[in-house]
Amino acid sequence: MAIDIRVRPAELTAVQTVWRSTIGKKAVMAVTGLLMVAFLLAHMLGNLKIFFGPHDFDGYAAWLRTIGEPVLHGAWFLWILRAVLLVALVAHVTCAVQLSRRDRAARPTRYAHGQRARASFATRTMRWGGVALGLFLIWHILDLTVGVANPDFDKNGPYHNVVADFQVWWINLIYVVGVLMVGLHVNHGFWSAAQTLGLRRRRGRDLTLRVVGSALAAAITLGFLAVPIGVMTGLVR
Amino acid sequence: MKITVRIWRQAGPQEQGALVAYDLDEVSPDMSFLEMLDVLNERLILGGQEPVAFDHDCREGICGACSTVINGRPHGPEQTTTCQLHMRSFSDGDVIDVEPWRSRAFPVIKDLVVDRAALDRIVQAGGYITAPTGTAPDAHATPVPKPAADTAFENATCIGCGACVAACPNGSAMLFTSAKAAHLNALPQGQPERESRVLNMVAAMDAEGFGGCTNTGECVGSCPKGIPFQSIVDLNRDFLRAARRR
Amino acid sequence: MTLGYTTGTPLSDTAAPSGPIEERWDERRFAAKLVNPANRRKHRVIVVGTGLAGGSAGATLAEQGYHVVQFCFQDSPRRAHSVAAQGGINAAKNYRNDGDSVRRLFYDTVKGGDFRSRESNVYRLAQVSTQIIDQCVAQGVPFAREYGGLLDNRSFGGVQVSRTFYARGQTGQQLLLGAYQALSRQIDAGNVELHARTEMLDLIVVDGRARGIVARDLVTGEVTTHLADAVVLATGGYGNVFYLSTNAKGSNASAIWRAHRRGAFLANPCFTQIHPTCIPRTGEHQGKLTLMSESLRNDGRIWVPAAQGDTRSPEQIPEDERDYYLERLYPSFGNLVPRDIASRAAKNQCDEGRGVGPGGLGVYLDFRDAIARMGRAAIEEKYGNLFDMYQRITAENPYEVPMRIYPAIHYTMGGLWVDYDLQSNVPGLYVIGEANFSDHGANRLGASALMQGLADGYFVLPATLADYLARHSLEPVDPGHEAVRAAESEVGDRLARLLAVRGTRTVDSFHRELGTLLWDHCGMARTESGLRKALERIPRLREEFWREVLVPGTGEQLNQELEKANRVADFLEFAELMVLDALVREESCGGHFREESQTPDGEARRDDERFSYVSAWEYTGVGEEPVLHAEALEFDYVHPVQRSYA
Repeated sequence: MAIDIRVRPAELTAVQTVWRSTIGKKAVMAVTGLLMVAFLLAHMLGNLKIFFGPHDFDGYAAWLRTIGEPVLHGAWFLWILRAVLLVALVAHVTCAVQLSRRDRAARPTRYAHGQRARASFATRTMRWGGVALGLFLIWHILDLTVGVANPDFDKNGPYHNVVADFQVWWINLIYVVGVLMVGLHVNHGFWSAAQTLGLRRRRGRDLTLRVVGSALAAAITLGFLAVPIGVMTGLVR
Repeated sequence: MKITVRIWRQAGPQEQGALVAYDLDEVSPDMSFLEMLDVLNERLILGGQEPVAFDHDCREGICGACSTVINGRPHGPEQTTTCQLHMRSFSDGDVIDVEPWRSRAFPVIKDLVVDRAALDRIVQAGGYITAPTGTAPDAHATPVPKPAADTAFENATCIGCGACVAACPNGSAMLFTSAKAAHLNALPQGQPERESRVLNMVAAMDAEGFGGCTNTGECVGSCPKGIPFQSIVDLNRDFLRAARRR
Repeated sequence: MTLGYTTGTPLSDTAAPSGPIEERWDERRFAAKLVNPANRRKHRVIVVGTGLAGGSAGATLAEQGYHVVQFCFQDSPRRAHSVAAQGGINAAKNYRNDGDSVRRLFYDTVKGGDFRSRESNVYRLAQVSTQIIDQCVAQGVPFAREYGGLLDNRSFGGVQVSRTFYARGQTGQQLLLGAYQALSRQIDAGNVELHARTEMLDLIVVDGRARGIVARDLVTGEVTTHLADAVVLATGGYGNVFYLSTNAKGSNASAIWRAHRRGAFLANPCFTQIHPTCIPRTGEHQGKLTLMSESLRNDGRIWVPAAQGDTRSPEQIPEDERDYYLERLYPSFGNLVPRDIASRAAKNQCDEGRGVGPGGLGVYLDFRDAIARMGRAAIEEKYGNLFDMYQRITAENPYEVPMRIYPAIHYTMGGLWVDYDLQSNVPGLYVIGEANFSDHGANRLGASALMQGLADGYFVLPATLADYLARHSLEPVDPGHEAVRAAESEVGDRLARLLAVRGTRTVDSFHRELGTLLWDHCGMARTESGLRKALERIPRLREEFWREVLVPGTGEQLNQELEKANRVADFLEFAELMVLDALVREESCGGHFREESQTPDGEARRDDERFSYVSAWEYTGVGEEPVLHAEALEFDYVHPVQRSYA
């Protein structure tokens, strides 16, 4: 009834405009998410080197520390990459938490009659799947980077560490479930990011985006699963 | 046919509400859903009870006043407005749950009536083309390509009922906001204010306490006018472009 | 036997300039005094209603700098019933180069109104029509366009040129949203103070001038007074007096009736329009009727079985056993005859026992030939949403079986009397849109209601209201003024009385009874005996209403029954005047058909000798004899002829 005179974003900078809006925060999630997908793809491809034996794999791991030399000092690239990924992850999670809290607050009362969800499983599991992925990531770093969670950690033997891991059934289980969650998250996340960034200009292109997202998710999932399966089947020993 | 309706009864904005069941014996399949409520209300009044309050006006599916969630779906099982839903969509013996729109931005006023003024305030923030009376050039001065005119029209058919918000698990008003933006942004007349329009409307939308869009598409499935999801994508793009150019 | 009224002094419209008709609006605008832009914000103007007329007026006045206080009973200004207009809006653009002109639109409107409207007003309407289209396009109203990007036009009931602009079957919605968006911009700018879910319940007249309204906040029940320098009523028509109509459920006559009780004259209340293409009713539970746009008659053919009592399904009736009666009776206009003629023809067919559907109250509107000629896709493009709506309501597929249609009350040409400035006889009270009586005479042409609403709101009122504000020094009214307090307490007392009855009948039961009575005796065809019967019964029904109505709840809450009861109480007073007006007008013209006054072949026979006037009624009290002030109509440019569409 009364006149509502609101603060208009006219005074805000580009960064403020983005950061203070729901669409802007989602765009941050989309960009950081796509960055992490790109990393996952590279990570997955690198992992496949394990099928060429310990020499190739360990050599590859060692090479990672030398990228950028001599411009960069030893392992600097790795630390820069880690920093970028960490910032991306923190931004992604911060936005997710803020948006989720806001979304829950926007719908304080549930319907007494349950709603039949139209959205897919992947869509509906983005939030809790994201939390689970976070836990998986922590475990994964403790396992194969830091080594404290690894059954038999050798600082200079990545191949050895991997093989050691996947001898243990429950580690396999954690890893397989974790990778499947990654796949689900990417499957919807890629498509969703494309919507949020407004990449789809025509309605017909929706299918293309879904196919690309699903293909990416499948490639990442299968690529990552190949390693424990390889160990379990004795292909990698 | 005989049906049972369980209707959300809430005496006022601050009161507690609950579902209350009513049996109806002589429901004709040709009745509209609201006519069924009329029959119930007439009975309640004669029985000395308070009738069910619900918003409605044109009963032709165009004013956007009617707003009930029926069996968990805004406007019920068909993709139309509550007033255009007919009892032939239900079967003898059905138990039908009737609830108000649920969203923090739509507080319940009474029973099934909610306050949707937040949607008006989004439009006030920028959902217009500035064209004071008397300033217009001849209508044929600017031809509008038919595809642009069709996009504008498709989005302009939004009736502002708020079903999209009611359907959204996040109580987001993105479909509503994007429909108005898409209507005006598609037209040549809408270009000068394109950027300020999306920035201001999105700011207003966020300020009203609506949730964010998580691309679940629930809104599109409940929109009686078939506003496309593409409009949300276009609003995202327009918003980000406008923000970049700050 | 007396008719129950007295004759007062004749009335004339002194606001219209004389001189050549083409120059009158220019003349008037030039003679009007202006308000200095710096002073405009000091003027408060109340606008009641947010439809095409009210919304456009509020937005325009606010753009000019006045402080507008606007009211609507709906939860949002966008829901006003203009939103439901389907077909289109006329304008003399002549984009089709088919011989249209301001002069022709003027002529068609005067003739279509059966020579019961004012020439000056109608000419101005035709002049302003072209600006409306420009204005709406500039606002972004998405009118239908052709592939070249230019605006499309179609022809509409009763005319032979294509001058109707449209937006599929949702023209009213699109035009309303244009006005709503303009209004929204002014609300945001702080120039319009909007009171949604607030209903006007009385007019405040101080020292002979309209200075405010009494309104009830429908959510809290609070009754408040609002004061201003002028009051604009844009509250629509009174079609819901018939209970079943195509109007929205909330549409009502209370604002104009309350103004009438405060001294404003009501003109031509018996001029009601029956729309020929509505979906027939299905049963007792029916709460309202749904219109199918008249544009359907452009491509659909209307017919009934040639034989009486033919109960075969339509596809089983061979071509030579069908009677395309409009094409037979009116060969040059065919299915496109004006609404009153099409409606009455349908009624005649049904009265003769050739109607179709439940109760024999329907005729077919058949698209078989159009689909064969243009293809289903073309029909879908043009009428898709209407066909969908029909199918949803009736569960019949109109692409395969003909639609069934029947006439229903749709629009009311009568309303508060206004002069050329759209000012009522109460100074400071302006009435625009369907709420006034001005431009359509005894019958409105299709696609002219939207034109009139927007002409009044965007262009006419903002010019004439300024003149009023500039010419009178209006001292602020003391909120404690006796007249203000009296109006407020009368409203409170009346609401309390409605709540206190606690009788045995619901509001709707009274409304239905009143509606049936009026439909039977003051509907498509009216007779002296029927009208007298209605005049006898209405006061008894009113008396029973105040003795037996049951309004639950209290006044201090959202109480939709109380809202309805208040409106029906006004309808019960209004109906009596409408019937009396129909009784007094012993001629047939436009939508008013007196069976006593017809040509040998059953067409309406006007009586220009005795009835070429506007009947403006003055209120004297409930059940008291009103006073009739006649405003003689003069025709200098269009010579009245017996309307013929044969």
